[in-house]
Amino acid sequence: MDRRQFLKMAGLTSLISLGGFTTVELIRPGLLDASEPPAAAPGVKRLAMVIDVSKFRSEAAYKKSIEACHKIHNVPDFRNPKDEIKWLWTEKYENTFPGTEHPFVKDSVKEKPFLLMCNHCQYPPCVRVCPTKATYKREFDGLVAMDYHRCIGCRFCMAACPYGARSFNWRDPREVLKDERLDREFPTRTKGVVEKCNFCVERLAKDLIPACVEAQEGTGAMFFGDIDDPGSEVREVLRTNYTLRRKPGLGTQPNAYYIIGGV
Amino acid sequence: MLEKALTGSARYKTWMLFLAVIIGLGFLAYLRQFQTGLTLTGMSRDVSWGIYIAQFTFLVGVAASAVMLVIPYYLHDYKAFGKIVIFGEFLAIASVVMCMLFIVVDLGQPMRLLNVILHPTPGSVLFWDMIVLNGYLGLNLLCGWVVLECERKDVPPPKWIKPFIYLSIPWAISIHTVTAFLYAGLPGRHLWLTAILAPRFLASAFSSGPALLIILVFIVRKYANYDVGSKAIRTLATIVTYAAIANVFFMGLEFFTVFYSNIPSHEHALTYMFVGLHGYNNLVPFMWTSAVLAIGSILLLLTKAKKSEGILFLACIMLFTSFWIDKGIGLILGGFVPTPTEHVTEYLPKANEIMITLGVWAIGFFILSALYKIAVSVKSVPAHAEPSKEA
Amino acid sequence: MKLYDGGKIITGLVIFVGLMLSPFILGMAKPGEKPDPKTDTPEIQEMEEKDRKCVEPKEFMRTSHMVFIDSWRDQALRDGDRVYENSEGKEIDISLQNTCMKCHSNKKKFCDECHNYMAVKPYCWDCHIVPEEKEGGV
Repeated sequence: MDRRQFLKMAGLTSLISLGGFTTVELIRPGLLDASEPPAAAPGVKRLAMVIDVSKFRSEAAYKKSIEACHKIHNVPDFRNPKDEIKWLWTEKYENTFPGTEHPFVKDSVKEKPFLLMCNHCQYPPCVRVCPTKATYKREFDGLVAMDYHRCIGCRFCMAACPYGARSFNWRDPREVLKDERLDREFPTRTKGVVEKCNFCVERLAKDLIPACVEAQEGTGAMFFGDIDDPGSEVREVLRTNYTLRRKPGLGTQPNAYYIIGGV
Repeated sequence: MLEKALTGSARYKTWMLFLAVIIGLGFLAYLRQFQTGLTLTGMSRDVSWGIYIAQFTFLVGVAASAVMLVIPYYLHDYKAFGKIVIFGEFLAIASVVMCMLFIVVDLGQPMRLLNVILHPTPGSVLFWDMIVLNGYLGLNLLCGWVVLECERKDVPPPKWIKPFIYLSIPWAISIHTVTAFLYAGLPGRHLWLTAILAPRFLASAFSSGPALLIILVFIVRKYANYDVGSKAIRTLATIVTYAAIANVFFMGLEFFTVFYSNIPSHEHALTYMFVGLHGYNNLVPFMWTSAVLAIGSILLLLTKAKKSEGILFLACIMLFTSFWIDKGIGLILGGFVPTPTEHVTEYLPKANEIMITLGVWAIGFFILSALYKIAVSVKSVPAHAEPSKEA
Repeated sequence: MKLYDGGKIITGLVIFVGLMLSPFILGMAKPGEKPDPKTDTPEIQEMEEKDRKCVEPKEFMRTSHMVFIDSWRDQALRDGDRVYENSEGKEIDISLQNTCMKCHSNKKKFCDECHNYMAVKPYCWDCHIVPEEKEGGV
């Protein structure tokens, strides 16, 4: 083969491999199909959370949900930001919805804490980048779940998540999860794996609602349910309130909605 | 041929012993990290990749740069590279090994590494990176070894090796493109979310890699008394110059798009790197050092370095340092600022982490020294001479 | 035929073969105690005689529990199906911590007994919580 032939070959191969359609099909299967969105199959759900920030009346209200979550899931508290692990936490408006803040935002909104968690995106970047399918999308209920047994701790998902929802076990969580801090019904994690909010998958299996939602029972601050079901409570809440999602422009289709109207 | 790495001057042995000590210390530091966890590093929830992944990214470039010798020599029959091409290939081998080690020391659960193969996930760029890096290592081992073995036996290389050499060319481009895709496809990390990240990586690689090679062949000439020829070095210097100019140009393009568009989320990272953000400015002195060294080395390469090898040597060191800071520190750390919730968290490597990093570099230099020793031993023997005695 | 450096080569070979055989030689010297996993936890003792059996037959569990609980994991996590129907048609919650270990509350005398003997170190307990050991079983 002489040089000219080689260059021809090289050009041809790259043309084939870079063929636009093939590339798009590989990255986002089905994106180019000009079809209607498929009707939801029976039993298939898309679980979503709606948070009405105005119904959180005090610091203690947030704490109630966060502590309920962290307690039953054995989320360790190392009391230092470097080793920090969190599933559910609060941020200010400007940190929750960056790019939407301006100097004249209503004071009460500016200072109001927002409850943050994994958004269980419909198109989750963390799932896309995981090299072992340790993080995966449950197609039957929309949860972004994790198999901690399989995680190799490469932290690609942490770089990929645009919501900062993921934490890494920089050290053994058992160092601080002892005695009364340990919930014996749920596992801990081991050092070297990533973790995040699981929408209380273990409670859903027992027909319970997520612990953070349960902690707000009666206040109307949090709603949880199937967003694909037009008759569900979350759909009713979304129909009657103006809601925001975090970073909608990234195309991840997050499944956590925020009502800020009454703040 | 391997036995040639086992004998040598007292200086060679002292150097290898020195590297072995660093490797040993690095290994002890790794054992500590393996026991305690990555809390021994400066990384955190907000800056979840640090100096390991930054070194990995930089060294993929050094590895890929061997193609800058392979293309002229094998595709364009550029004879002046005849004596130097093996040094490029062997540099690639040492670099890829370092890349892999930097990935492994960064893993939280290294014992589960094989999950990447047991549960293959073609949608993940990391899966492809694993494939291209291993493939590139194999190709360079094969091509370098076979060609050198033939040189030792004083016979022309076999025909079957040619396809592998040709394959190594697009493969070299692929390793750095795939590595750029690790970053360039992540939503919400604005410093990395740029289509010219791969070209930038390649330009930076094709200047810093050959610059390192020039430094190395100067050292080989001084201490091993083997000269690859001044024509080869001059051509290599030209490659370094143009690739460096391309890299600086690409960087300028980034600056234009980011600051002329005036989109705050795109500006944050570059602002943090070059002037500081919200009072955080750890990277500022590094980035300006890098900028000054880049411009300075290009000016030298275009003028005085053409006449003086001493100045060429200096310019290459400046350039290598500059691009190491740019890619081996700035790009990865800067990418994590600000966090997805618009906070700034800074990162400083810790002692244990630095020791592991030095250990991996020492492994790279150990492999490199051994391979170069073999290459020099084979090549120093005049043609048709008895190839048993060392110089 | 002359063997160059014969002394060195033979010494090297002897050392090599010795090292390679050392585990076997050392192992012969002290036969390990035969493992005797205990199933006499208070929880099991309290059960009625007819209920006193594992989710699947003892023989199957003994030989295949590792594959079995691996498939439990995938069923619970990947398929989201946390109920296992055993060979007798009985429905059982899939959970190492809340099903297996609720009966076998004696990890040391049950799990470790054989695992130590076989020198296998499954990493289950890095995450799953070991039941608080009740001294002495019964």
